[in-house]
Amino acid sequence: MAEVVLLDFWGSPFGMRARIALAEKGVKYEYKEEHLLTGKKTPLLLETNPVHKKIPVLIHNGKPISESLVIVQYIEDAWSDTAPLLPADPYGRSQARFWADFVDKKIYDQGKKIWANKAGEVQEAGKKELIESLKLLEGELGEKPFFGGETIGYVDVALVPFYTWFYSFETIGNFSIQAECPKLIEWVKRCLERESVSKSLVDPEKVYVDLILVLKKMYGYE
Amino acid sequence: MADVKLLGTWPSPFSYRVILALKLKGIDYEYIEQDLSNKSPLLLQSNPVYKKIPVLIHGGNPISESMTILQYIDESWPETHPLLPADPYGRAVARFWIKFAEEKLSSASMIFRTSGEEQGKAVRETVEVMEILEEHAFGSLKEKGFFGGEKVNMVDLAYGVMGRWFDAIEECSGVKVIDPLKFPLFCGWAERFNEAPVIRDNLPGRKELVDFYKRRREMMLAAAAAASN
Repeated sequence: MAEVVLLDFWGSPFGMRARIALAEKGVKYEYKEEHLLTGKKTPLLLETNPVHKKIPVLIHNGKPISESLVIVQYIEDAWSDTAPLLPADPYGRSQARFWADFVDKKIYDQGKKIWANKAGEVQEAGKKELIESLKLLEGELGEKPFFGGETIGYVDVALVPFYTWFYSFETIGNFSIQAECPKLIEWVKRCLERESVSKSLVDPEKVYVDLILVLKKMYGYE
Repeated sequence: MADVKLLGTWPSPFSYRVILALKLKGIDYEYIEQDLSNKSPLLLQSNPVYKKIPVLIHGGNPISESMTILQYIDESWPETHPLLPADPYGRAVARFWIKFAEEKLSSASMIFRTSGEEQGKAVRETVEVMEILEEHAFGSLKEKGFFGGEKVNMVDLAYGVMGRWFDAIEECSGVKVIDPLKFPLFCGWAERFNEAPVIRDNLPGRKELVDFYKRRREMMLAAAAAASN
């Protein structure tokens, strides 16, 4: 086995977080795809993440780490000499952790209310809540180029992968995130100028056609 | 040294995570009890996103979310009683279990908030969570001590709520979930936690906790009954 292995799924925003962090640190790794849409999980996944049986899993020198933000913090700790994702001061670090945790608590579930439902009450609630969350994040970004300041940091890594699912939310929910949160979309474009981000994020239209629509069919969310 | 304030409510286990961390580190602080039915301007200004306790205010800077607060405390006062392992992998394992606690322990509070079928569901979910913890988390401790080795660390603090608080919840909800025969490793750890230095002198009393949760449960069930009429 290679020294660093990432078990991942191409369309997962959580997996993309790990990809961006590894790229920022210049870490060479072996990417292994888990074909989640087949419904089958590999023995390697079940063995390395027996508690949740989910990707991403980072395996470093045979030792597995699960949960995307735990993985990003591990990458930060293990390759601490380059491209720090967290500021040095404890207060700055606490704020970065608070906002990354906010992203974790809100964005995926609010987005799911939109894509996994037909037009109606639940979907409308999801749209309203998602826009509220994104506006709060815009407020936190303020006039800075990135959440991490002059360069991308922990919160940027936590949030930007969800951009790949915005097209699906907008198409299914019939609304525009750009119209509501233009500063956030400008921030996304700045992030995409970095190779670590542009190489780690997948095409939003591919996410819509090959993932979201497939999931909707698979689970009967139509 | 800049002053430290803690906004909390008694006997919130989330408040207690922070109190115990401050006590373990020997940090002086001013505790300000909050009234959540009438939130103070200080609370609303210090935690505008969630408007919840606990909030730590250090030198005027507010930090929210109990486990984020604990990491801040550990990094700001690194010299005494470290709350995380020093090595990256040990820290990753600790953070994994902290996240698990943050996501999964809420089913336990549902046991206390509900009755009948809903309570039955909460009990089943909590048993499932306990089975995972017994095998994968507490399984690694054996008889040795704590997640922090010989000393309590922040993973122990994250789960510490499941000791005395859960005991009180079980008593006033009339359900027994933590069977010592089924969860011996957890129960051994919980006893050690309750007896650990500093912890044992700073936990709320068992009787006070039971009385508090009994009254709260009566209020909650009455409100639920009134709402469904």
